[in-house]
Amino acid sequence: MAGNHAQDATIGVLALQGDFREHAAALKALGAHTVFVRRPHELEQVDALVIPGGESTAMWKLATTAEMFEPVRKRVADGMPAFGTCAGMIMMADRIVDAAAGQQTFGGLPITVRRNAFGRQTESFEEPIAFEGIDGELTGVFIRAPWVEEVDPGVEVLARVAGGPATGRIVAVRQGNLLATSFHPELTSDRRVHEFFVSMVRDAA
Amino acid sequence: MSANENTAQAPALGTARVKRGMAEMLKGGVIMDVVTPEQARIAEDAGAVAVMALERVPADIRRDGGVARMSDPDMIDGIIEAVSIPVMAKARIGHFVEAQVLQALGVDYVDESEVLTPADETHHIDKWAFTVPFVCGATNLGEALRRIAEGAAMIRSKGEAGTGNVVEATRHMRQLRGDIKKLATLDESELFLAAKHHQAPYELVKEVAATGKLPVVLFTAGGIATPADAAMMMQLGAEGVFVGSGIFKSGTGLSEGERLKAVEKRAKAIVEATTHFDDADLIAKVSRDLGEAMVGINLDTLPADQRYANRGW
Repeated sequence: MAGNHAQDATIGVLALQGDFREHAAALKALGAHTVFVRRPHELEQVDALVIPGGESTAMWKLATTAEMFEPVRKRVADGMPAFGTCAGMIMMADRIVDAAAGQQTFGGLPITVRRNAFGRQTESFEEPIAFEGIDGELTGVFIRAPWVEEVDPGVEVLARVAGGPATGRIVAVRQGNLLATSFHPELTSDRRVHEFFVSMVRDAA
Repeated sequence: MSANENTAQAPALGTARVKRGMAEMLKGGVIMDVVTPEQARIAEDAGAVAVMALERVPADIRRDGGVARMSDPDMIDGIIEAVSIPVMAKARIGHFVEAQVLQALGVDYVDESEVLTPADETHHIDKWAFTVPFVCGATNLGEALRRIAEGAAMIRSKGEAGTGNVVEATRHMRQLRGDIKKLATLDESELFLAAKHHQAPYELVKEVAATGKLPVVLFTAGGIATPADAAMMMQLGAEGVFVGSGIFKSGTGLSEGERLKAVEKRAKAIVEATTHFDDADLIAKVSRDLGEAMVGINLDTLPADQRYANRGW
């Protein structure tokens, strides 16, 4: 991890709902300056944003009532580095399938994401995942997870499911400063995906 | 348990990590009791992170008496169809076949709940035997750790369901928090006696002493009726809130249309107060104009045999 500190960049973790503490712990373990973001003035103070796992409908509603929806959407559209896992991936997708009535996203990634694509909780699973740009395998933890159904040209596919009924489904993508995974690296002690994002933030600075 | 990470190439279902991880995704959120698909949609619209599908809310179970059991599968199906958020359902304490049925129906979490009439007065369900995760109630640390030893992937403080009275939830949250803090002050040689005292497995006691927290997510439940109740529980260390009768039993005395509006508003207000639990200005704002909270029960008037928190061992 030596030399991978994000210097002075401040990384925010959207803390409306979900496993935001686990993301913050992963980022802090990498030496990144990390703060929770619940309000527009807190968003103004960050250079990058992590959108955690959780329930995407609840996150959308809470972002709207906290007057965070437009500010986050605008920052992401203006090029702020962002990393979303699971519900966070849904929030970063331009298009969603099986959305709740009227459900909106921050968008930014020109992809189509299917909610709860692998099934209900009894279908939740873990599986080794190969991730473009990271050596060796990661443990992918998929919890009522979405997958990426379509990507527009220019979106890099970083990981696909390697075994089981969903083999070949896209579960990690990147375009420019935006990174999204269907699975939850924050629920493992392996920090390499967060490290990958921290270096994206450093490169964008 | 198939927690055989890093070796099998096939997907590993029902590992402790995906069960406990599911509860991590609910943190900071509100789980609402619902008895119809329409109520489930109201809950989802209000920003609930999950719904608990029930035939009767606890206040009605108290009123009606008799044996309270798992809900009708048709009713659970209807609620699963109605919403995209996770659906939980309750099984009786020790009733492993009700739990098998709920797993077969595809519910996302089973609540082995003292609100229903216990089916076994000695044994809780062996929760490791299931792919679906379980949440269980607890009044103190020992009870929480016994449930975790049996495979519970999430704990909720019991409170006293169906009363609209937060006093028992407060007692149980303070007890749990106090028990955990005390463990952290002991040296290793004292943990053996602590395990005996809590009647809990030594390994789990040692883990809590080292980390200062439960190994699974801790929600609160039982008697939460207002946004301030929810925020108080969060300030006492809950990671999220179950609201049962408190939402859909509120707004009595209003016309049906007005009552529905008041219920929607209260549901939304409790969600906001749970997220922004340390923002008193916001809690004040969302607490305005909610209509009547549920009437509630003074615990002094509740006979011992009607106290649900005493169920479970």
